[in-house]
Amino acid sequence: MPDLTECLDDLDRRIILATQEGLPLVPQPYHAIAGMLGVAPREVMARMQRMLETGVIRRIGAVPNHYRLGYTANGMSVWDVPDECIRELGARVGALDCVSHCYHRPRRLPHWPYNLFAMVHGRSRAEVEEKVREIARLLGPDDRGHAVLYSTRILKKTGLRIT
Amino acid sequence: MDETDRAIINMLQGGFPICERPYAEAGRALGLGEDELLERIASLLERGFLSRFGPMYHAERMGGALTLAAMRVPPSDFERVAAIVNDFPEVAHNYERAHEFNMWFVLATETPQRIGEVIRAIERETGYPVYDMPKQEEFYVGLRFVV
Repeated sequence: MPDLTECLDDLDRRIILATQEGLPLVPQPYHAIAGMLGVAPREVMARMQRMLETGVIRRIGAVPNHYRLGYTANGMSVWDVPDECIRELGARVGALDCVSHCYHRPRRLPHWPYNLFAMVHGRSRAEVEEKVREIARLLGPDDRGHAVLYSTRILKKTGLRIT
Repeated sequence: MDETDRAIINMLQGGFPICERPYAEAGRALGLGEDELLERIASLLERGFLSRFGPMYHAERMGGALTLAAMRVPPSDFERVAAIVNDFPEVAHNYERAHEFNMWFVLATETPQRIGEVIRAIERETGYPVYDMPKQEEFYVGLRFVV
């Protein structure tokens, strides 16, 4: 992953700090941020556009609250798939509906054989299980073993924040 | 939530414009006026259907580091270990999961080397190994959660 830290200057960081709680809900939000920071609106828009292009901003938009929307069951499905085809398989699993995150992570043998992680959301555990069966069908013989880890308790939840 | 709310959630997960009047522009695609879209988003946030609205930043690309770590904790010792782990400000989320690997947490630090330091400190203070599982690749997901 490229380290783009050096490309972020003080103004970028001030824009990040001013917007990490959200975008102002006013007709001209970028002007409002510019006003808070004492810079030109065009500058704020250009900086945010550049951060979007370099991936510092993943996207701008709505972040739904899965629980509140009725998707109360979430299972972290984990899969042991051959390393040589994980990129192709990961792309196909990630493309499925209701998979909200999909990552290649290292195995931790002998206790942890799984290298593909896919977070599956559903309105019920039965719906999550149906989704997991769909992933298993898609992987076919490349599914050399899998497990679904349901969360039973949130022990801590704070947002990711920079300071 | 009505159909308009659903359309807003579905569409605005896909992105939001950077321009002079972005709510007016996004509203046009939804057939809503600027004021109505602003009111709807505020209400969805207030009622908790949206957890936030705005830019989502990529921690690693801001210079920080992120990892997912897991532990296998005996149930009888779980609460003590949870308290120690949660006490680290670098622990952003921590979930109990029904598995032999029963504690899963996200570490977010300002520098990559701090990840290793925190993991070693947690191992020292709890007496159990921490399994570090940083992402090696992130696969594209549609980012759409259709409601």
